[in-house]
Amino acid sequence: MTTLIAILIDGAIYASWLFLVAAGMTIIYGVMRVLNMAHGSFYAIGAYSAASLVSWYFSSDQGNPYWSLLILPACAIVAGAIIGLFIEQGLLRFLHGRDEILMVIVTYALMLILEDATKLIWGVNPYFAYQPYKLLGQTGFGEHLRFANYDLMLIGIAIVIGLVAWAALNRTNKGRLLRAVIHDREIAIAMGVNVNAMFAATFVIGAILGALAGALTAPAISVSPGIGVEVIVLAFAVIVIGGLGSIGGAAAGALLVGLARSFAVHIAPEIELFVIYGVMFLVLAIRPQGLFGQTLARRI
Amino acid sequence: MLFAKLSASATTPALLLMAAIFAASAWVMPAWLAFLLTLAFSKALVVLGVVIQMRAGLVSFGQALFYCVGGYGVGLASQYLGVSDAFALLALGTLAAIVLALICGWLLTRYRDIFYAMLTLALSMILYGILVKSSALGSTDGFNVSPPSFLGWVPEGDAIKRTLYLLTVGVSAIVALGFHSFMVSGLGRVTEAVRENEIRVEYLGLSPQRMLFANYVLAAGLSALGGGLTAMASGHIDPDMAFWTTSGEFVFIAILGGTGHVAAPFIGAIVFSVIRTFAIQEAPNTWQMTLGVILLALVLFLPKGLWSLVERSKKREASA
Amino acid sequence: MKSKLRISHHTLRLSVIAATLVLSTTMSTSANAADNGKYRIGVVTFLSGAAAGPFGVPAANSARLIVEALNNGKVPAPYAKKGINGLEIEMVLLDENGGATKQTEEFRNLVQRQKVDAVIGYISSGDCLAIAPAAEELGVPTIFFDCGTSKVFEVVKNPKFLFRTGLDAVVDNIAAARYVAETRPNIKTIAGIEQNYSWGQESWADFSQAFGRIKPEIKVVSEQWPKLGQGQYGAEISALSVANPDLIHSSFWGGDMEALMLQGGARGLFDKKTVVLTGGETGMEHFKGQVANGTILGGRGPFGAFSPKNALNDWFRPAFVAQFKESPTYPAYKMAQAILGLKSAAEKSAKPGVMPSTDQVIQGLAGLSYEAPSGTVKMARSNGHQAVQSISFGEYQFDAKSGKATLSNVKTYAGECVMPPDGTVNADWIKAGFPGAKCN
Repeated sequence: MTTLIAILIDGAIYASWLFLVAAGMTIIYGVMRVLNMAHGSFYAIGAYSAASLVSWYFSSDQGNPYWSLLILPACAIVAGAIIGLFIEQGLLRFLHGRDEILMVIVTYALMLILEDATKLIWGVNPYFAYQPYKLLGQTGFGEHLRFANYDLMLIGIAIVIGLVAWAALNRTNKGRLLRAVIHDREIAIAMGVNVNAMFAATFVIGAILGALAGALTAPAISVSPGIGVEVIVLAFAVIVIGGLGSIGGAAAGALLVGLARSFAVHIAPEIELFVIYGVMFLVLAIRPQGLFGQTLARRI
Repeated sequence: MLFAKLSASATTPALLLMAAIFAASAWVMPAWLAFLLTLAFSKALVVLGVVIQMRAGLVSFGQALFYCVGGYGVGLASQYLGVSDAFALLALGTLAAIVLALICGWLLTRYRDIFYAMLTLALSMILYGILVKSSALGSTDGFNVSPPSFLGWVPEGDAIKRTLYLLTVGVSAIVALGFHSFMVSGLGRVTEAVRENEIRVEYLGLSPQRMLFANYVLAAGLSALGGGLTAMASGHIDPDMAFWTTSGEFVFIAILGGTGHVAAPFIGAIVFSVIRTFAIQEAPNTWQMTLGVILLALVLFLPKGLWSLVERSKKREASA
Repeated sequence: MKSKLRISHHTLRLSVIAATLVLSTTMSTSANAADNGKYRIGVVTFLSGAAAGPFGVPAANSARLIVEALNNGKVPAPYAKKGINGLEIEMVLLDENGGATKQTEEFRNLVQRQKVDAVIGYISSGDCLAIAPAAEELGVPTIFFDCGTSKVFEVVKNPKFLFRTGLDAVVDNIAAARYVAETRPNIKTIAGIEQNYSWGQESWADFSQAFGRIKPEIKVVSEQWPKLGQGQYGAEISALSVANPDLIHSSFWGGDMEALMLQGGARGLFDKKTVVLTGGETGMEHFKGQVANGTILGGRGPFGAFSPKNALNDWFRPAFVAQFKESPTYPAYKMAQAILGLKSAAEKSAKPGVMPSTDQVIQGLAGLSYEAPSGTVKMARSNGHQAVQSISFGEYQFDAKSGKATLSNVKTYAGECVMPPDGTVNADWIKAGFPGAKCN
């Protein structure tokens, strides 16, 4: 029984993490048709900035430790906005409308550059910002199983972000314009929508979300070189399963993968390494565009 | 007809000439250079596999799968089946890869664009996972490949690496000639048509999916050849051969060289090896950034790769 | 953006290739042959990637410190002679990152293009196994300073040029098993959480077999195998919590180890349990109050916080702290003793001031017994090519008031107690009950 609870909660926590990581990437793809391989670098930059700022905060004993919980998203927003704007305005702006595969390669090059850039700025030694992780205490299930409330909070944050994104897309005017751009860019331009501004805003939001995922994860891990590269493949798999460009898809994909992996770790450890790819293959075999992906008409 | 076409173009004699020059210089060039070229040419074979698929409009981010299968095929055959002949080893590795490609290609060629790229990546990462989990196969340590024999003759000392170099040059020359004739053949030309507009190819009565499948299997075989040669030259195989960043390297070289000509991947591979060794030596902390900047510059200013420099001068000649 | 080439494509193609060859040859001549009167050593260790922070950078720093100190004659006796045999030491530092195939290429470059007189390096077992045959083939003295795989001297059965001044990793876990058996006699159930690659797989195999042999009544209740570099262990910690073992063993290192201790600690995984971290010594300066007092740590030998008091250590430790602002951990000690071993070997038979020949170096190093900051290093196994030293385990103690971390209840096991004899497979020796082990 405890195992079942463990599977469900572990699955939910992992799914929330996956969703936070993948949400930004899927938004960027949906609007701009750019599969951003540098998304892992946004994650890493978010994590490093958050870790640096939080450890500074605690080392200089500024005050109430609960403020550190606010520092995390604040860091992410600032770091994500800066790097997102820089890349979008400095490079991607000139490449709108180019072939999708070309953009994958461009973002791959960006990833290589940003990897070394983070190493130059922050060095190779690990950073820690563990204080916020322990701040919120534990919750127990059964005799031995305990979860950090910080992780449970992540589930809440993921749900909130998902709802906010859905509301923004479906209930605001700007959101409707964005959906129009997603559906058909050419007609949107013809209708006078300022697509360039939308692209810039979308990329910045995507970068912020990526950085946020990193910042929120930083208190639980040791932030060291290479954490960005690890998340890219996971994020890809999740958004491909869910359907490229769909937030709901990212959530569904994250949930599916999260539960599957949790199940594997507890019950069937041999398949744990393949579970994410297995789910991807299964979903794509049944529904080639992903769970919530748009079926695109073939253009002749 | 085909021979007439082949001999009419300047490519065949040029390729043969280059192969002869490289082979002859085996006795005069320093050993480290021969080793660098051996690895570069083997890599170029894998890149040729990527290029074959790029000409069909598909980018494979998982070509390392067959590179690894070729390498492990050679290693396992050498270690557990006791095969020591270089040609037999290569044949076994390539055969294993082709069988795998026949199975996977059927599913993979139903997808395009991003999905194709991601699925190929996923397949290679699955192989990586299997190899890492398997402590019988040495997990991440991999294992060593003993130097092979050549139709009964066992070279000694310096001659070991030199013979491998010559073998690699020889295989590359044969593959290059074969690929060139493939490019100008019917299948080769239709593949480019598939990239331009798949539906019209269907209307012409051909099956794009079958074309892509043939290309996929061919690419797999070539990549396995490259993997097998690398295994024999470096004497070591490990699961890193299947990791997605290895595939990323192959894509990088494909773009660096360009897809316009069969010599392009070879030139790209040599330039890449030189750049990387140089970057690691001079800028050990920022060599990844150097590679990234170069890739970006290429994509922005020289999207058809280094070969486009040659093509532009050719066009100028033709119009002059 | 349009280029203005006006040369024929034949000429262009040939000139591209010629340029490549010219570039390569200039690169070769730019690194002079070591005929410049200096002793050139190639040092290969991780300068990028996850292993750089905990291992590669301390090792590289140690190399820089030792080489500079030797060149200035600052190292205490018996190493007071300048450089190596009076010749200045020139160091070429390379990044070990990039995979075994690339490292074999770089090794050959080091030896054939940059003409180094000796190579010291390699942390990753995969790299060591790939380089070992190449070292014998190219005939250059090569010292593995850190990698622990037991397979090195299986791959090269009769080494001539290859040496290892670090210990075989099997000693880590046999000693750990002995330590736990001696200090925690009430353990009934054990679990392991290891990184799922060769290091983790072999560590767990050695430990579970050794501990199972010493105390056959114990049960393994859980094995967790997260990916290397996974960083987040939510599900694994839950599974371990539910299984509730008395002892948790982990061969984790670097960021993974620190993340595991942090996450597990926050979730109470380690409460009322014994925890063994075979590579824990590298984390001692970072753990602070995150790791419970009583956690059993190993340093892969008499290194770092386990190092003894002697003249060399009295010089080495403060010098390292002064230059790099942190205590030297075990990779730093292992690199130091590799270089000092090379120096000892070279100076054994070479006439002072003369460049030692390869033969003099390899004959000098085989079977050598020499002093290092970690104590006496005896090259006593694998025909004098594998070092034998003791290994220590101890319990972590953190004093919150002073902010200092120390080790208590340290036990040391002689090399002869925990190393299988030459030619014996680890698993067989363990299963047979460690025949021939000389323990005190």
